Amino acid sequence: MKIACFHLMPYRDLEPDFDKKYDSAWFTLPFEDVADRAMVSKYYNWTLDELIHAAHSGFDGVCTNEHHQNAYGFMVNPNMMGSVLARATRGTDTAIIQMGETAVFLNPPIRVAEEYAMLDSISEGRLVAGFPVGLGGDYAYSYGMAPMEQRGRYREAHDLILKAWKSDKPFAWNGKYYQLPMVNIWPKPSQEPHPPIWVPGNASPSTWDFVIEHDYSYCYLTYFGAKGAKHMVDGYWDKVEEAGKDKNPYRMTYLIPVGVSETDEQAEKEYGPHIEYFYHKLLHMPEQLLLPPGHMTHSSLTHVLTKRPFPAYDEFNDMGFKEFNDRDYLVTGSAATVTAKLKEIIKDLNVGHLLLLPQFGSMPHDKAMENISRISEGVLPHLKGIWDDEGWEDKWWPKGQAGVSQTEKEAT
Amino acid sequence: MANLTQKIVPVLGGKLSITVNISGSGPPIFFCHSAGGFYWDDFLENLSKDYTIYAPYFPGTAPGKPDEIEQLEHLWDAVLAYDDAIEELGLEQPIIMGHSFGGMLAAEIAAHRKKQTRKLILIAPIGLWKEEASYTVANWCALSFPEMKEVLFHDQSSPRVVKRMARPEEGTEEQALWDRDFIWTIGCTAKLIWPIPDKGLCKRIHRISAKSLIIWGENDKLISPSYANDFKHAIADSQVFTLPLCGHEPPLEQTEKLEVAVRNFLSD
Repeated sequence: MKIACFHLMPYRDLEPDFDKKYDSAWFTLPFEDVADRAMVSKYYNWTLDELIHAAHSGFDGVCTNEHHQNAYGFMVNPNMMGSVLARATRGTDTAIIQMGETAVFLNPPIRVAEEYAMLDSISEGRLVAGFPVGLGGDYAYSYGMAPMEQRGRYREAHDLILKAWKSDKPFAWNGKYYQLPMVNIWPKPSQEPHPPIWVPGNASPSTWDFVIEHDYSYCYLTYFGAKGAKHMVDGYWDKVEEAGKDKNPYRMTYLIPVGVSETDEQAEKEYGPHIEYFYHKLLHMPEQLLLPPGHMTHSSLTHVLTKRPFPAYDEFNDMGFKEFNDRDYLVTGSAATVTAKLKEIIKDLNVGHLLLLPQFGSMPHDKAMENISRISEGVLPHLKGIWDDEGWEDKWWPKGQAGVSQTEKEAT
Repeated sequence: MANLTQKIVPVLGGKLSITVNISGSGPPIFFCHSAGGFYWDDFLENLSKDYTIYAPYFPGTAPGKPDEIEQLEHLWDAVLAYDDAIEELGLEQPIIMGHSFGGMLAAEIAAHRKKQTRKLILIAPIGLWKEEASYTVANWCALSFPEMKEVLFHDQSSPRVVKRMARPEEGTEEQALWDRDFIWTIGCTAKLIWPIPDKGLCKRIHRISAKSLIIWGENDKLISPSYANDFKHAIADSQVFTLPLCGHEPPLEQTEKLEVAVRNFLSD
């Protein structure tokens, strides 16, 4: 079992009534109206401190992500964060999980191939290369890409990046979206032929097909709770089985916010306001901003509108800590309670990689640091061996470790 | 309701087929619908008494053929597909008419076909863009359904608007499919004009030689009526007709006045 610390880097101090004044925490929220520049400096540094603390206290990896023009999480260039993390964890086994630099946001997308190769080099082979498809609003509203083009761009960018990593000589790329006369990237990644690839998604069957076809690890990033996730995740495993592949739990990654208290009773007081801020304030967004027309394929759109597999975001406003906790939107309680619940989720969803979110919503820095320590001390040691007796190999974990390059390792 | 027939015509060397709705008798009008999709309204119905309306579904928006949009990558593909369709239909020097998104297509077709366009009618067309009256595709794609109605219409309660925008009952499968078609149609048209519908018409509009009528609702909240004069200045032989108490949808909001203006222009 591998457990990493994920961070969204949210704006932690929005005014309590901001959601009454503004339609959305995303895309249209004016920075100058609600944000404080000095606080933003603190957030970036706190975020890095929290992730580094997690790396040094027992998490197997640290994970960054990319979003734009919002208060929810504005780590706009995850590779800048990943670079700091790679250097700060030099000499450890900590995986640098970039979840990630979104290929369709960069033009040409070989920039992702180059930056990931740099990160893999700095980290001496500890990079996990995340390939997010990209959030609809991010690429369409923030970055001006036509929603109907995005999946095609993603597939082409993926193929181009992989070829750039694998090719041993320069080549020309004449694609539908990208044309490059001479692709010959420097550097190549430290891991050969390239770092392990994880693809985050939100239960889109077309993404599952892509992941299974290429034998990548799928990361289910949902905020609708582990109970609701079961049905979706089973759909993924069914497809894995149909493709004739094994049910290796490391094919699957799952994200969940976690808060550890001294006792179960204290959890609501410690974490309730922060998770409510997360769901009520940071996910305050009209649905059409999340899903611009053309983002989903016709069949997915039909499925989502007729079956409504997810609740609408505005339903979060009717829920509080108790509902979030009861539905496993987050896991809180004493270390023993959290451990038991996470074991249940891991087994139930057949998950080999877990991404924990120890800082969520308005949680201040000191509380996040304390939560990371409590998770590291009271939870992680009881989870790490969970799959050991089944003998699965984690083919999706980076090969580098402890400051030793792959070449050096092979030589010894 | 007129007797609408459909003809499927191959375009782009056979890579795509366009479904064309046809009704009426008389001189041909090739009509390009708005981003909201093809809708046979009273305006077209009334005109079809004296003209033959040829109204193609924009590729991807014809019922049961969502994947057709994959054949169009750029605006130019659509212009040539429509030009091919006009040829396939055997229309010699048709009147070209378009509304909003279709207005931009109509202007592009007329700029391309020059002498082969009898007359051009542009109803609140997109296609030009100026900083002081900016609009983007996101401005309509990011709207909720109630917000969209608020932006599109001067008076949402007028009977034709109510009929056009009536969604099936909340929570039913009919409504889900209605929403699906509405969202998909907007997504298809958005593909060619995202994120700002300024795709070079300003560099080609001077080629339009057909006599042109530019129509705008005085209360258009989606695209400023000030654009009417920009089109007029760019098209040599053109005139502007504005409609009071009218938003972005003249065919629904001022059906009779629009019809009179169009008939006068065509008979002139």
